[in-house]
Amino acid sequence: MKIKRTLTPYAALLPMFVTVLVCYIGSAVWTLGMSMTASRTFPSRHFIGLAQYQRLFDNERWMLSLQNLAVYGLLFVLACLVIGFLLAVFIDQNVSGEGVLRTVFLYPYAMSFVATGLVWQWLLQPGDGIDSAVRALGWQGFRLDWLVDQDMAIYTVVIATVWQASGLVMALMLAGLRGVDPEIRKAARLDGIPAWRVYLQIVLPMMWPTVATILLLLSTAVVKLYDAVVAMTQGGPGTASEVPAKFIMDHLFLRSNVGLASAGAVVLLVPVLALFAPYAYARSRKEAA
Amino acid sequence: MNSRSGTAGLPAAMARNESAAGARRRRRLTPGRIGLYAFLFGAALFFLLPLYVMIVTSLKSMDEIRAGGIFALPLAATLEPWRQAWSTVCTGAACEGLRTGFRNSVAIAVPSTVLPILVGAVNGYALSFWRPRYANLLFGVLMAGAFVPVQVMIYPLVRVMALAGVFGSLPAIVLVHLVFGMPMMTLLFRNYYCSVPHELFQAARVDGAGFWRIFLRIMLPMSLPIIVVAAIIQVTGVWNDYILGLVFAGRENLPMTVQLNNVINTTTGTRLYNVNMAATILTALVPLALYFGSGRWFVRGIAAGAVKG
Repeated sequence: MKIKRTLTPYAALLPMFVTVLVCYIGSAVWTLGMSMTASRTFPSRHFIGLAQYQRLFDNERWMLSLQNLAVYGLLFVLACLVIGFLLAVFIDQNVSGEGVLRTVFLYPYAMSFVATGLVWQWLLQPGDGIDSAVRALGWQGFRLDWLVDQDMAIYTVVIATVWQASGLVMALMLAGLRGVDPEIRKAARLDGIPAWRVYLQIVLPMMWPTVATILLLLSTAVVKLYDAVVAMTQGGPGTASEVPAKFIMDHLFLRSNVGLASAGAVVLLVPVLALFAPYAYARSRKEAA
Repeated sequence: MNSRSGTAGLPAAMARNESAAGARRRRRLTPGRIGLYAFLFGAALFFLLPLYVMIVTSLKSMDEIRAGGIFALPLAATLEPWRQAWSTVCTGAACEGLRTGFRNSVAIAVPSTVLPILVGAVNGYALSFWRPRYANLLFGVLMAGAFVPVQVMIYPLVRVMALAGVFGSLPAIVLVHLVFGMPMMTLLFRNYYCSVPHELFQAARVDGAGFWRIFLRIMLPMSLPIIVVAAIIQVTGVWNDYILGLVFAGRENLPMTVQLNNVINTTTGTRLYNVNMAATILTALVPLALYFGSGRWFVRGIAAGAVKG
């Protein structure tokens, strides 16, 4: 009877144990192993050391995808933070219609990246979308052809995904703002400090846990970026808006180069763990305290 | 990752301050206030613009789209593009419209919501009250897994499922959604049960109730609010998923998002923007309806789930 009682929780947690040990850790270790083999369509046992990583970093398409990810990530995170914070602060000014505004800013977050990408593909379609609509208004010299411009294509993905995600940042920021003791803001105002400085220099630093959570969310979304690119540009024109997650998927399932793709996946894993570790550490310390 | 220390506590703060804000007296309209409203109004327009364009485009004929601008209201509104998107558009080899995709997405979303919620509830309950050894460590790894790109795990999962003979089937995609939905579902229930008074659990133990009895008789009946939140998150996540459905569901069960992408990006010939936009709205309709219908619950869900995202 006693043994049964102590074993039941373990039995109940079996799905979680299997998920963590087999599906997460097991798969990741297997991928790590495959990244050191010459696997093509099927896993191979032919060990070749770090040669795949060397190939990866000699691969122009991979390097381009990393560069795109850096540009995209920086702009996406910055834009989401700035827009989300501004919207939250402005909504926090005791405006009427707050509920409607919040609903409007957040609804894109309910849409999939695929739908988001497709809508913006239509809006930015050269010759049909905003491009020709602005010309029809009389501005004859107007051109908006970023979607087919090799140098600009990645920015269209930034616009679409910022539209999708900045409402989430607004909602989290607003909750963070309202978690700050209102007395502090009142006191600062009595001291004659202008409102914008109160927000930027007093309130924002006080809600750093919210900001840290948002940063973690946004940066992992950056690393995972795949659907939006597939829907919007298919990585094009050419390979101009290629991203690592898509590079890996293409090499796994279309180009049968599992070894190279696995090496790419391991490279992607590094920044995610580097971001998650300090966050988890801070959380666990706070929980222990 | 505790309900009282993390973002999960935020919705309450949100709700509390809202009523306080309403009670405060309205301020007079100064130039600053006008600028404030102008900014918010402009931002709202930017956020609504794609929705507006989607809707008007889907109601126009192709002739009208070519003749007028993208922002123009339809002169002769027609539902023909919607009919085509639903029942005749080509989603790959077949040309039976998005209704097959819709059916597939429903078939995937129902078990992929029920199962992860059940498993998440049991996990959260066991973690909060029974605290088996090493379980918290595993929970930490589980949460880390939520942040890892699926590309790291996708190929081994494909191989294992192919070996087991279930790859490319409904059970396969449901299982994968269970695996990748588990961190979020477990976190939600764990945080929820952390706020339940421990004395309640102790009293039931003293009365001789066992693991499952306490769960079924005491914990589950009072979990309704968190079950609603979990269902909203999971349905939205599963419905909006693209990559997992593409890889694991198999040709017969491709979800709506994958078929939508096929409609727009892999068909050749002239692009029917009106049909495309009707198809896009149709695909986004379920999560959007959930969002507009559930309002506060949705916000509560994403705030509680923000730790994972």
